[in-house]
Amino acid sequence: MALMVVKFDLKKRVKLAQTVWFMYWFAVLAGILVLSMGLFFKIELRKRSELMDNNESHFLPNLLILMGLIACGINAFGGKVCYDSLDPVKFAKWKPMLKYFLVFCVCFNGLLLLTSLLCFLMRIPLQFTLAEGIKNGMKYYKDTDTPGRCYMKRTLDLMQMEFRCCGNDNFRDWFEIQWVSNRYLDFSSKEVKDRIGSNVDGQYLMDGVPFSCCNPTSPRPCIQYQMTNNSAHYSYDHYTEELNVWKKGCRDALLSYYGGIMNTIGALVVLVTMLEVAVTVGLQYVNSSLSTLVNPEEVESESEGYLLEKTVKETFTDIMAKMKAMGKGGKVEEGGEEAVATVS
Amino acid sequence: MSVGKVTFTKVEREKLAEVLWLLNWISVVTGAILLGMGLFLKMEIQKWQEVMSEQGVLYVPHMLITTGLAACGINFLGGKICLDCADTNKFLRWKLVMMPYVICTFFFTACILAGALMCYSIRSQLEESLFLGLRHSMRYYKDTDTPGRCYLKRTLDLLQIQFQCCGNTGYQDWFQIQWISSRYLDLRSVAVVDRLRNNVEGKFLMDSVPFSCCSPLSPRPCIQQQLNRPLAHFNFDQQSQHLNLWRRGCRQALLDHYTVIMQSISLVVLLIWLFELLVLTGVRYLQTAMENVIRVGDPESESEGWILENSLAETARSNFNIIKNLGKCYQVDDDPNIDVPAMMAEQEIKSEQVQVQRTS
Repeated sequence: MALMVVKFDLKKRVKLAQTVWFMYWFAVLAGILVLSMGLFFKIELRKRSELMDNNESHFLPNLLILMGLIACGINAFGGKVCYDSLDPVKFAKWKPMLKYFLVFCVCFNGLLLLTSLLCFLMRIPLQFTLAEGIKNGMKYYKDTDTPGRCYMKRTLDLMQMEFRCCGNDNFRDWFEIQWVSNRYLDFSSKEVKDRIGSNVDGQYLMDGVPFSCCNPTSPRPCIQYQMTNNSAHYSYDHYTEELNVWKKGCRDALLSYYGGIMNTIGALVVLVTMLEVAVTVGLQYVNSSLSTLVNPEEVESESEGYLLEKTVKETFTDIMAKMKAMGKGGKVEEGGEEAVATVS
Repeated sequence: MSVGKVTFTKVEREKLAEVLWLLNWISVVTGAILLGMGLFLKMEIQKWQEVMSEQGVLYVPHMLITTGLAACGINFLGGKICLDCADTNKFLRWKLVMMPYVICTFFFTACILAGALMCYSIRSQLEESLFLGLRHSMRYYKDTDTPGRCYLKRTLDLLQIQFQCCGNTGYQDWFQIQWISSRYLDLRSVAVVDRLRNNVEGKFLMDSVPFSCCSPLSPRPCIQQQLNRPLAHFNFDQQSQHLNLWRRGCRQALLDHYTVIMQSISLVVLLIWLFELLVLTGVRYLQTAMENVIRVGDPESESEGWILENSLAETARSNFNIIKNLGKCYQVDDDPNIDVPAMMAEQEIKSEQVQVQRTS
């Protein structure tokens, strides 16, 4: 008792083959789309790899690129098979390998679904990578004379201006590190000596932020230095001041940026998976309708197409039995060899 | 002695009609491109409209938009006409429209050329507009509480950050205006009062710039205050000073930005103009060839096509005479050889009526 049987005559078979062929070409385009999304995501990660300590995982974009390539390949092959299915001579060429091809397609669809799930889950490791990367970036902000780190200041400034953020969690992160290089500090000045002496590490810490944290929408000129000292500036209360510097932290800003990209890619991969499932089902019907021809020589005859030859339970028990037989087959062979060895 | 005379067989005429139909459809696409470029230029100008003093520069994108729409319409009609011209019977439908259509297309092509040349010529007007506009914006930078001007600070800051520029001509422009609002000045402080008294107009002037002038490429944290006193900052040498702020003025930056856009647009428009000229020439040949076929009477025969029936000088003279005579038709002519019986009869009847009235 087959699953989801549909009766086909010649006209219906031809229509089915044409529709599935057409859908396979759409699926090739979908495969190219997945490939290009993987490339785009890879480039976006590379662009800001400095902020992630060059430590970011390229697993997801690489997986997307691989899946895209495989999708293009199997969809082009499937399209060719569908095109040939209208001609019984050509179709006989493909018939033997079609079963394995369909099993491979089902596995591939499962992998695609897994990839889309990964797209939504990759946010979590990215969060930790970003936190670590930005913290280190801020530490090296002042090292504009150290080879290998001299562009960190520029990268951080441009990032803070572009993403409208300041610091890691918020702007106070800048109060905890020395972001002014020693080259520009007058060590003979009392003020500098006081600040350096006032903390354990001997760092020049101040309650000020770089200019890239400034918010252009603020009605007053930006207050970057002595931010926690209300009396240093006229009519200024740092508790209620909202618009002076960017309030958001750069980790959150970058996370929502990459999160948005990944969510979009994940949603599109889910849609591509559904398309792939549809074409696989279509190909299975094409295959089954052509193999159950009442009279194989007579092309006009009727046939039945099905999704599975037996019911789901029976198919499952069949697969389990086959796997057990494969496993036992190895053991029986070993036993046989031993017997032969003892005999001889 | 016609200008550019070419003989066409029937087959050649039909082929010409087909080719022109295709070219007209391509011209519809180029017309759409023209429209798109006009819209793009309008959007670009409107983005930074607040720092331009007058909106006069908007006539260039408006011209491009109208020309683009006209191109789509005219070439769509032209495609329809050319398709019909392959067949002599269908051509008779369009016979009367063809000549006005050709003249109209000729003037329209001249408009495209004018549009292309306008893009080149607008540079000096744009520079003037930007100079005055930026000066105005900088003066009202501090007025973030005045309705209508409250976004000037944000616009100017974003402009300086995006275009990597500072001030009108250079960063010193900020030294000559008060860019800090009086709301944030402690007017009881001695230092502030001194500064206000320091100049004639009572403005709070400083040798400092807003944060948006800072260059991220500088190796040291940005120095915005006391820029005229390098010794006030530790180790502030020439190199540091050079890299500290953006050196370019915003007028120059915006002018370069718009010049690049307009030069590319005018190049594309010139190419479109050449293409339209080609299509116009083809349509003119087709029109004259078809008219000559009808004059000869035999649809299968060869016919001649030309650009102008007589030489350029003769055509100019005859057109000039036509225009002169258009003006003359309302003047009374004293030439006795001209027969104006209707008018004379009317005058006689009128004079008779007057005489009858007098006698009665």
